[in-house]
Amino acid sequence: MLTSSTAQSPARRRKIWTENRVGLTMLIPGIGLIIAFMLVPFFYSMWLSMHVEIVGSTLPVRSVGWMFYQHLFNDPIFRGIFLQSLRNNGEFALFVVPIQTGLAMFLAILVNRSGTFVKFCRTTFFLPVVFPMVLTSLIWKAILAPGPDGMLNAVLHAVTFGHFHPQFWLANPHLALPSIIMLSIWQGTGFQMVIFLAGLQGIPSSHYEAALVDGAKKWHLFRDVTLPGLRNTTIFVVIVTTIFSLRVFDQIYLLTQGGPNNSTSSVMYLAVSQAYVQNNVGQGAAISVVLCFVILVLSLIQRQVLKERVD
Amino acid sequence: MAVSLLRRRRAIGKTPLGTYMLLAIFMVLFLFPVYYLIVGSFETSAQTLNGLHGAVPTALTLSNYHSLSAVFFSQQITGSLRGFYTVSTLVSAVVVGGGLVVNSLAGYALARMKFRGRRSLLLLVVVLVIIPFEAIAVPLYYMLSGLRNTLIVQALPFIGSAFSIYLFYTFFLGLPPQLEEAAKIDGAGPWRTFLQIILPNAKPAFASVAILSFIQIWSSYLWPLMMTSNPNVYPLSIAIGNLVRQQAQPNYGQMFAFGVLLVVPMALFFIVFQRWFIRSVASLAVKG
Repeated sequence: MLTSSTAQSPARRRKIWTENRVGLTMLIPGIGLIIAFMLVPFFYSMWLSMHVEIVGSTLPVRSVGWMFYQHLFNDPIFRGIFLQSLRNNGEFALFVVPIQTGLAMFLAILVNRSGTFVKFCRTTFFLPVVFPMVLTSLIWKAILAPGPDGMLNAVLHAVTFGHFHPQFWLANPHLALPSIIMLSIWQGTGFQMVIFLAGLQGIPSSHYEAALVDGAKKWHLFRDVTLPGLRNTTIFVVIVTTIFSLRVFDQIYLLTQGGPNNSTSSVMYLAVSQAYVQNNVGQGAAISVVLCFVILVLSLIQRQVLKERVD
Repeated sequence: MAVSLLRRRRAIGKTPLGTYMLLAIFMVLFLFPVYYLIVGSFETSAQTLNGLHGAVPTALTLSNYHSLSAVFFSQQITGSLRGFYTVSTLVSAVVVGGGLVVNSLAGYALARMKFRGRRSLLLLVVVLVIIPFEAIAVPLYYMLSGLRNTLIVQALPFIGSAFSIYLFYTFFLGLPPQLEEAAKIDGAGPWRTFLQIILPNAKPAFASVAILSFIQIWSSYLWPLMMTSNPNVYPLSIAIGNLVRQQAQPNYGQMFAFGVLLVVPMALFFIVFQRWFIRSVASLAVKG
């Protein structure tokens, strides 16, 4: 009605103008902040990744083109660390995505019923979500402590009747990443569980009733009703968890500092240590840009897959 | 997403015994680290890290909490516990409070107001929702390095949030337009309509955004890590992180006590508003 083509009365035009102005006034603080602190840094990182600027020096800024990107894949020393970090992210995702998604779905189905005990379990599974990663790392540092006094070592020793030998969980290159994966799953599963729970509630009970009338067994109910009903939720959870796997930083910085032998270094850890510790801002920015694009592509895939279903 | 998660709609018969046993096993696995944290915080360090005995509450003591309230552990960390709490609380209050105001207004304008450029701004918000903070942390650090070691810089990048705007936007779209039409007939302007008609009807959206942004800001680690080097402006997460990172033999008892103090505000909040917490996380799925 606002775009009527005929000549508008002055009063009408003033009203539109006012609404225009009020709308913009309401928008400006929020939109301004996200432009300043999200969009601008996004483009700034592209600029930074193509320039060399020595912090605190008067040397002129020098344009270096794609140099920092070439470093990622060609530099004999840096390439090794970058590809190792990328591989670690991949390995992290390879374990965390299926385990966490599967476990979250399983737990959601288990707690999708009434009862005091069930309700208590639901709270328990969700509780780690409100635990900051700093706290999670703190608790798990003690659980993973080396030697027979470490909690995990002691528990495994007890349940195997003494056959298990104490491990250096975080200092062993073969065990450090699995340890990080373990505590990340503990912290993250409750989050996905709640999303699956919402997905389960969205499946109309008539679908179950229809299947039951047809004499479907429990397993068939799951395969023919629950799983298809959770399709979109599952895609969402898988993509979100994959993106989360690319972002992993806190627990690595806190517990292993990327070690031992870069066996737990992640892309994000590398970006921050380049930019922040080594003062190599261009290199850190180049890694950030690559990360951004990978995440954007994953989100586009998600959108596409979800859309196909709707149409 | 107005799904009531706590009121079970479908109770399929009685819960079988096997399900109970599975639930019990997982409950123990998930609860154990929390239990260990609480029990360990009341034990001496030697007792906390003592194999299975660490989980058995035999000789409980308040000494960890006493020493926390007194001087602070090593020389490596100065600053006071009260200081860390104050910083975390102030930063969280500014981010949650300021965020509710600016993001709800922006979401409302996008959902209801008609102005030029609305569609492209909406697209911008949708794209920015995808970009995680980590991916822009490095350039942002470089952009704002002049503000290092201030309180405001810890809050500034998180007040405006594309995700919160989007959440408000979808919520306001779902409100019946009759609400505003009635207000318009009564002669209320857009601001009064928003404050008196929309706000009271949007409590769930405000609660969701408040809770999600509180979880995020209270836990944030990467940003304060890059932006603070002065213990006087450390938030709790950084102070604790420094202890976790120590390579020397850590004092686990004291670390646990400190960890309990970090999580207590969040845990209290969670227990009181549990229903809202779970609902707000479930609402994340609308993003897809």
